Parts: sequence; structure tokens; C-alpha cells
Amino acid sequence: MRRDVAQLSDEALLEAVAGNDEAALGELYDRFGRIAYGLALRILRDASLAEDAVQEAFLQAWRGAGTYRPERAKASTWLLTFVHRRAVDLVRREERRRTEPSESLADPAGLGADEEAALGSRRQIVRAALRALPSEQRQAIELAYYGGLTQSEVAARLGQPLGTIKSRMFTGLDRLRGLLAEADFDHA
Amino acid sequence: MSSDLHELVAPYALDALEDDERARFERHLAECERCTTQLAELQEATGAIAFAAGGPEPPTSLRGRILEAARTDGTAKVITFPRRRWALPAVAGIAAVAACAAIGLGLWAASLSHSLDRERTAKTSYARALQLLGGGAQAKALSNAEGALLVAPGGGKAALVLCGLSPAPSDKTYEAWVIKGGTPRPAGLFRGGSGCPPVLLERKVPAGATVAVTLERKGGVQKPTGRILVHSEVV
Repeated sequence: MRRDVAQLSDEALLEAVAGNDEAALGELYDRFGRIAYGLALRILRDASLAEDAVQEAFLQAWRGAGTYRPERAKASTWLLTFVHRRAVDLVRREERRRTEPSESLADPAGLGADEEAALGSRRQIVRAALRALPSEQRQAIELAYYGGLTQSEVAARLGQPLGTIKSRMFTGLDRLRGLLAEADFDHA
Repeated sequence: MSSDLHELVAPYALDALEDDERARFERHLAECERCTTQLAELQEATGAIAFAAGGPEPPTSLRGRILEAARTDGTAKVITFPRRRWALPAVAGIAAVAACAAIGLGLWAASLSHSLDRERTAKTSYARALQLLGGGAQAKALSNAEGALLVAPGGGKAALVLCGLSPAPSDKTYEAWVIKGGTPRPAGLFRGGSGCPPVLLERKVPAGATVAVTLERKGGVQKPTGRILVHSEVV
């Protein structure tokens, strides 16, 4: 009676996870585990901590999949939100936050051809969209998102008022959303 | 100041708030539809940024560790139902629990079966059936079979979870009936089969009714001809 979870959409897959289907959880990992790990590693810069963050996030997803509402968010967004939050919490707890400005993700740097190919067009679309943002918006977003800095820390780092940072974050994310929609990111 | 709180949507989406502000904003979210919608929109962007990071393959052991952690997870999974009372009366083999708005599946652990595998299958089916019913439900015991009839309050929408029914022969089908005042009415056809597949009934089950199952010719019938194989207690 085992249906093939590989055929399910991401959203249907989460529904199966909500029903305690372990094969569905495995499939969820197969689809998003690498991205989750890459994200956590970028934030934590430590393989062991990154594994912990991913494991804890997937466990939270396993427990909470019953609360997922497909009309509210894409399944990947829902899952990766757990990963990001866990990684940021860990990086703050471990006080591993960056002390120097991070290399921007808008500029592709030193990635193997294999990596590029594996993650493919969605990565290219997002990188291009980030490149298209005004640099001060991109900087505020990346310091928070990858650096794990709080809004106040970002403001302090950039020597800007807190209100300016909040505004840059909002405008940047909003613009990014528009750029991704134009590039049809959802169907990449 | 609620205007201050609205401004926190973007930093919140980036997980760029201190713990206390995060908590304040989450409380605000619970009662601000506009912020909830806006957050969902911004999170589509933050969710996408994750794809930009790239990076190496995780260690191969990570997948197994995650599955093992899920398998042995003792925390009951939380399923949030719409605000209704969820009541499970004490019936044969199913422990009664106090009504509450959110319930963990761990509480189902009582004894529908002695086999761990069957228990897990039944749990999955109950979760699915509950989803189909859109929320809380009452469970009614079945004669001669493992499983239960689940009836949603306030409407009578119902699902049958029947375990271990052999698949119907190809020229026949199982048929469910809702019986009230002595009159059976057709409520859906199903094949049966391994596990405990949930069957959403095509007819509501009002108070005072019972649900029964017979084996009929393929395509079903309007009045039962076969012997009653399973019936539920009165709703």
C-alpha cells in the first residue's frame, strides 16, 4: 500500500509528514536537506553545529507539520524557516557571529561546477535578484540573514539609525519578492 | 505602540529580533491579520534566499539520524484544530481523554492493537481521517473490527477507520450504511485492504444513528443485501 512519495508535490508531502509517514519525512530530507545544510553551514560556519541545526529543524517540522497551511506558504519556505531560526539561535548562543563583513552572495565565488549544477536555476535566480537590489538593502538583509545579527546590531555595524535599517530590510525583501515573482522562481 | 510593532515584520522575517521583541511581535501577530499576511509575503523572499547559499552535501549519516529521531520522538505531535471541543468518550479499547483544543497523537497510544506496526498504521489513518473531517471528532467503537467511526461534532460528517479488512473480491465491494430509525441509507463504497484506510462517508451520521458495513455486488446497492459485517455503536 506504500504510495510513491516521490510523486507528491511539496505541499502534499508535508501533509503526509503530518500523518506520521516516515517515508515522507525521508523524501522531504532528500528534497531540501542539502539546501538546509548549506544554509545552516553558511550561518554557523561549523559542520557539527550545522548538522545539529538541520536535525533539530527537521524534527520541529516533523512535530509541527499538522499546523502547516498550504494557502499561507510554500512548503519549502515553511521548512526552511525552521532551519534558519534554529541556525540563528545557535549562532547567537555560540557567539559565533561574524566580526567582519561577509562575502556577498550576489557574487558567485569559488563554487564547484557540481555544486552549481546541483542547485541550479533556483540558486541563479535568487542570486541575480539579490544583485539587482540596491547595495544598502542587500547588505542589511545579508548581515541579518547570514550573519545572524539582530536589527540593532546591523544598525550599529553600518552606523545607521535603527529606523533606516528596518526600512531597508522591508523595502529590500519586498523588492526581492517582486523580482522572484517576475523570474517565476516558484516554477524554476 | 502598535505602529512600532508593525515595523517589526521585516526584521522578524529575517530572524533579526532579540528574544523579547520576537515574543512581543509573535503575540501581536496572533491578532493582526495584516501583519500575518505581510509576514507570509516577506517569508517567500527569505525562504528563497536560502537557495542562494549553495554549499557541500551534508554527511550521509544525517538523513538516518533525522529519521531515527522522528521515530523515537516521544513528544506527541501537535495538531491544531479549529476551536472546538474534542472529546473521546470511553469506548472499548480507546482511552478517554480530557477535551482540549490541541491534542497529541501520542494520546491515541491505547490499545487498538498489540502490534506496533498496526498501531502506527492506525495512528496515521486517524490523523488522516481527522484532517478529512476538518478538526475534532468523537470516536465510536466498532463491533468485530479494529478501528473506529469518527464523527465530527455539529455536522455529523464522519469517517470510518477500519483495520485489517481483507480486500473485497473484484466483483464485489464493501458498502457503508447510515442506519437511523431502522432505515439504512447508502453512505459510500470502498475496497478495504491492508492497513486501516480511512473512508469518508458520503452521508452525515446524525445522533441516534449507527453505521454498518456489508459486502455487496460491485457498484453498490440501494438497500443492503449482504449480512452486516461491522457496525458501530450508536452515535
